[in-house]
Amino acid sequence: MRAKFFLRVVSRAILVFIFAVGLFAGSFSRYSYAHQFRELPNSPPSAAHALGRDLFTRLFYGTRVSLLLAPAAALLATFIAAMLGGIAGLRGGWIEKVILGSADISMALPLLFVLIALRALLPLDVPPLFSVIATFVTLGLLGWPSSLRVIWAAARSLRESDHILLARGLGYRNSQILFRQILPCLRPVFFAQFWISIPLFTLTEATLSMLGLGVMEPLPSWGNLLRGSEDFAAVAANPWRLVPLFVLILTVICFQFVFPASEELA
Amino acid sequence: MRLSQRALYPFLALCLSLCAAPRAFSQSGGELHFCLHNEPKTFNPILVDDEASENVRYLTGGVLIRANRQTQALEPALAESWRVSRDGRKITFHLRKGLYFSDGTPFSSADVAYTMKLLMDPQAHSATGDAFRSGEGAIDVQTPSPEVAVVTFPNLVAGLERLFDQVAILSSKSPKKEMSVLGPYYVSEYVAGSYVLLRRNPNYWKHDADGHTLPYIETVRLDIQRNRDIELMRFRRGELQLINRLDSEQFDRLQKEFPGVARNAGTGLDGEEIWFNQNTASTVPDYKRKWFQTTEFRQAVSFAINRADLARVVFDGYATPAFGPVSPSNHAWFNASLAAPKHDPQAALQALSRAGFRFQDGNLKDSAGHKVEFTVITNSGNAAREKMATMIQQDLSEIGISMKLVTLDFPSLIERISRTYDYEACLLGLTNTDLDPNGQMTVWLSSGEDHQWNPSQKTPATAWEAEIDKLMREQATAPDEKVRKAKFDRVQQIAAEQQPFIYLVNKNALSAFSREISGASPVALNPQAFWNIETLRLKPCGEMGTSK
Repeated sequence: MRAKFFLRVVSRAILVFIFAVGLFAGSFSRYSYAHQFRELPNSPPSAAHALGRDLFTRLFYGTRVSLLLAPAAALLATFIAAMLGGIAGLRGGWIEKVILGSADISMALPLLFVLIALRALLPLDVPPLFSVIATFVTLGLLGWPSSLRVIWAAARSLRESDHILLARGLGYRNSQILFRQILPCLRPVFFAQFWISIPLFTLTEATLSMLGLGVMEPLPSWGNLLRGSEDFAAVAANPWRLVPLFVLILTVICFQFVFPASEELA
Repeated sequence: MRLSQRALYPFLALCLSLCAAPRAFSQSGGELHFCLHNEPKTFNPILVDDEASENVRYLTGGVLIRANRQTQALEPALAESWRVSRDGRKITFHLRKGLYFSDGTPFSSADVAYTMKLLMDPQAHSATGDAFRSGEGAIDVQTPSPEVAVVTFPNLVAGLERLFDQVAILSSKSPKKEMSVLGPYYVSEYVAGSYVLLRRNPNYWKHDADGHTLPYIETVRLDIQRNRDIELMRFRRGELQLINRLDSEQFDRLQKEFPGVARNAGTGLDGEEIWFNQNTASTVPDYKRKWFQTTEFRQAVSFAINRADLARVVFDGYATPAFGPVSPSNHAWFNASLAAPKHDPQAALQALSRAGFRFQDGNLKDSAGHKVEFTVITNSGNAAREKMATMIQQDLSEIGISMKLVTLDFPSLIERISRTYDYEACLLGLTNTDLDPNGQMTVWLSSGEDHQWNPSQKTPATAWEAEIDKLMREQATAPDEKVRKAKFDRVQQIAAEQQPFIYLVNKNALSAFSREISGASPVALNPQAFWNIETLRLKPCGEMGTSK
């Protein structure tokens, strides 16, 4: 237990540091994230980007974009999944079938193609920040079905439990049962889905950047910084290109340890 | 013990023959292995319109006249000689005798007539055939004898002979149809999405100076591989012996790792350019279209772009700042008198000032007070273009222009630039396969679909476009090459003054050859690395791939 506590404290400290770096990126670097040091392309840290842009400055500012927007998208997706999964699990019957069917159809749709189609509809002349927000909102709106399945399964297992039967017997309405009985019991599941979704959305953003749907230049994000790791040989020659990947991995690991496990809570 | 003089001669002859034998035999045969970067859409040479199919056509197709990729001169191929009439409408071919297709079918003038008929059939929608269309009316092909074919066009076709470099002759009699070929190889196997296997054409007509049958290499295996990193990895492992069209970053690394393996053939034909949407039917706001239609605005953007930095940073120095529509490697048509593009933000601001723009507090505003900002689209997944756009973004910010970059998937981009015209500016590349200016006709004629900045105009929108129209039509109908050159030089000069396309860089032709290959001599023209496939040889085993 002490080891877990220690890990939790360390994880929280790391995350606070990473968030602080993102929020106060300007204080950590004296360079602009967009300025190109063209005489120094691919130079060792920190002016390490292919265009001579300072990699660490871009990482600091990219942290701001990714760590604020990926959790926001994860929150949106988990919220939609929680609502729909909770309702499906509680009500059963045709409502359950409709919701699960919708989720199945959504999962069957190739997400990237849907996003490409949506990007094609978006006006070209939008500020980069709007484009970023639109990207993550879209991810949140389209990323709920896989979480829904998990949440629905957990909610269904509660449907016949004693306290729900008792609540029904006491005359609670379905909405009251959902918000007071089902959803609070599923909090650990929501957390798990939320934490899992953050790296997923960050990586999806990286993929979208490659398709031109992600964060637009010159704004940095972890996603478009990870593009520097595509080329294995280039990474071998300039290993500091992997720093954004390490930060992403570290962040994801820290997210897993930052809150106590359900058995600890019990 | 001494050898007598009589015995010495046979001994020397034996030694010499033993020395020569490995060269004659061990360097023939073998399998050359390299990649196509896309699936070939067709093996029918008439219908080719993509690079992968074009490469297969080059390797398998027999043509009447071949443009030597190194000297850029025309050379006899299936036709021993040819003659173009004074009016430029008729070409007479004298064919080689005793030639056979890969399946043994004899070759004659009837095959030339058959091929030309298929090529010019409007139903075929052949891009190769379109280059021959000079006006209304059908072509006429006469075959007075099996060795003579006379092709007559309804109107003059400028640069007629050179167009036949793209026309692979089909057999009119073979049951194998287009799979029966006259080129150095024939398609032996094809597994969609995986590979194309080519085998040496046993009936190929060419021989080397020593009388050996060409090509030397027995089979060519073309793996379909889109991922360039995997291609490079396989080359490093010795699984591939050649890489055509290497990108600059890979070239640089390969050169450091294996000196001598990566080869730079100098400035290539491929260029990159940016243009503004001047189309009146587009959704571009009127005040922005007015900027784009202003010559000084386009000139200012051109002055502000640091092309030398683009070439150095994005292409690691393996590119040349671009002058105009013709690459310097196109010796016949490049206008060498054009001034080199220069990076001069002050000249840019002066040009803008002349056109009524004001530079205030780091921002540029037009005479009506609109902040000058526009969005450039380019295709996603092309790292070099994205880097160029990002650098241009910074260059333009120096003269107060705010440029946004949007990357789109290729179909969406094509939809916008060719159908909906819903874009402000675009950055794309131009691949030139044809050296002759007639290949650029649809780009320069104001009525052309590829006249990207303002396509399909009923009448030219500007005086300089009208002048280009006139010059392009005149050069296309001028039988004298010098007159054609003078007229196309003027077109290049107008393009440099007006900047409808702001040319950025011409990329170098980069390729890589493993040490197993001898005879490699890459060039700027397509297909850069294997244009001389017939004379490439593979060394005997023991020297693997790129191993040092």
